[in-house]
Amino acid sequence: MDTETLTRADTTATQPLPGDFAIWVFIFAELTVFGILFTAYAFARESHLALFNMEQRLLDRQTALANTLLLITSSYAMVRSVLAIRADQIARCIRWLLLAMGLGCGFVVLKIREFAHDATLGITLSHNLFDMFYLSLTFFHFMHVILGLTILASVTLRALGGHYNASSHTGVESAGAYWHMVDLLWVILFALVYVIH
Amino acid sequence: MNFASQRVAKPYFIGALALFAGQIIFGLIAGMQYLDGSFLFPAFPFSVIRTVHTNLLIVWLLMAFMGAAYYIVPEEAQTELHSPRLALLTFWVFLIAGVLTILGYLFVPYSQLAAMTGNAILPTMGRGYLEQPLPTKIGIVLVALSLLFNVTMTLAKGRKTSLNIVLVAGLWGLALLFLPAFYFPVDTVKASYSWWWVVHGWVEGDWELILSALLGFILVRMTGVDREIIEKWMYIIIAMTLISGIIGIGHHYYYTGAPEYWIWLGSIFSAMEPVPFLMLVVFAVRMLISRRHEYPNHAALLWAIGTPVMAFLGAGFWGFMITLAPVQYYTHGTNFTAAHGHLAFFGAYAMVSLSIISYAMPHLRGRMANSLRAQRWEMTGFWIMVISMFVIALALTGAGIVTVFLQRMGEHPISFMGVQYQERVFFWIREVAGFTFFSGLVAYLTSFFVGGDPVAAHGATVPRGR
Repeated sequence: MDTETLTRADTTATQPLPGDFAIWVFIFAELTVFGILFTAYAFARESHLALFNMEQRLLDRQTALANTLLLITSSYAMVRSVLAIRADQIARCIRWLLLAMGLGCGFVVLKIREFAHDATLGITLSHNLFDMFYLSLTFFHFMHVILGLTILASVTLRALGGHYNASSHTGVESAGAYWHMVDLLWVILFALVYVIH
Repeated sequence: MNFASQRVAKPYFIGALALFAGQIIFGLIAGMQYLDGSFLFPAFPFSVIRTVHTNLLIVWLLMAFMGAAYYIVPEEAQTELHSPRLALLTFWVFLIAGVLTILGYLFVPYSQLAAMTGNAILPTMGRGYLEQPLPTKIGIVLVALSLLFNVTMTLAKGRKTSLNIVLVAGLWGLALLFLPAFYFPVDTVKASYSWWWVVHGWVEGDWELILSALLGFILVRMTGVDREIIEKWMYIIIAMTLISGIIGIGHHYYYTGAPEYWIWLGSIFSAMEPVPFLMLVVFAVRMLISRRHEYPNHAALLWAIGTPVMAFLGAGFWGFMITLAPVQYYTHGTNFTAAHGHLAFFGAYAMVSLSIISYAMPHLRGRMANSLRAQRWEMTGFWIMVISMFVIALALTGAGIVTVFLQRMGEHPISFMGVQYQERVFFWIREVAGFTFFSGLVAYLTSFFVGGDPVAAHGATVPRGR
């Protein structure tokens, strides 16, 4: 039994999840971290409602919306790359992966610009409680986008090296699952930090 | 064991075990001084005994990690160690410097030791765990550089497995994170702030990488599971360790003069630090279930499974109990911390060191596994030490609870020494458990001298699908 088959067996023994079982453990752990962060944010907001409402209005919602669209579109590209590899269309899979990465890089560029702008406004971790949460949440998520892009780059390289085909593509599915998590977290974060008053 | 140069690991393991025994003896003396403050006073005051106890811990763990590196790196790289002679020389330098330092603590007043060793030139002495005189600290750096040179050169010329890369990267991190020990500002806030870069950076960051790599290596060898699967688990455990552990340093910064945001960040991220330990448990159990054959060294298997479980309890569960800022407000500096410290250091780093020693020593002595009789001695030692350490942690937790209620809460708090007196029953339990721990250690060490026919080969192949 080769590694890939073993990995699949590892996965299907409990539940038919796409990708690797280990990546789902990781995703669960990551969601728990963000869950705790979101819960702490909710408690802090409840006790400092006026401050949070006032500070939220100062955020750049247009850029945040653009970033949301970028990540959702990127997730769509990821879905297409998984569908392509399942149909044994390797070249198409690579093209969709590159598009997903390109859109992710767009998010990174916009976010860096936003952080730079925040710095000119004097927004720091010590400025006030809202800014502490805003910066911590968005920067922590930003680091996850970087990690997600690294994973996508690694999978793209392996795809270019001919490591995946219709019957063996756990890596692409695992990367896709992680990338969707990054997207999902941003959608919640966007609503929670930028939109809901 | 496939390469002759791996033999240099043997003196490191023997040295580590000797220093471990020394650490426990000084722990027993310190425990006795809790019960009778005049015990061995003024010849050996508590502050000196405690320093020796904690410094021996650090030195023996470093020695075990180094031995593990000299054993694992050549085997993983499939080539001889770059310079076995340098490794052996480094061992003797490290051992002699370590012993001289301990003798210095014991027989020279600390202030005099500082004056004698050039602390005035570059002040570095005085912070917990980092009490070493300047020459010893420089010696640690030189020993680490020698190790890094040797293992990196070996890795460079040999096979580059993920496991080996993680181990060597972890050793580089260990060395680099020691450097803040040379930065000791007069400002106490900054001094405390930077102190944690070493202590937290080691035990709640970098050492977890080393722990994952050592456990990964042992499990690859003992379970026969494909290394790709084991390495994949290792990666996610390391990622989670870094995600929670780096910002988790904030749990040392509550109410110390550091910015207020650490109260939130420290609480949130350190609350996640048990997760990688829980993953380690899941990982080890899954690998055991998926094993392809029965490995003849049952004692090593017991250590390898016991390590993540005890690490989760000590570092994860006990750490979580005191990590949130509102809890820490009351528990800071109580025996809660000592309970966590004992169970975490033993459960994670002492036990992983004993795991690799348990796995590697039979190979270094020319056999796959010790005789069943020797293994029974070793496993008896395992259970006595694990249960005793658990009792120590429970007793110290009890003492911590008493301190919180009598000294930190209520209308009429009792003075520090008054509370200590109230906690005597817990200190007695801790001391008795300390002695049983020592008896477990004796049983463990005895296993090295018990004869009998070594168990030679793999047992029955485990059927697939279980």
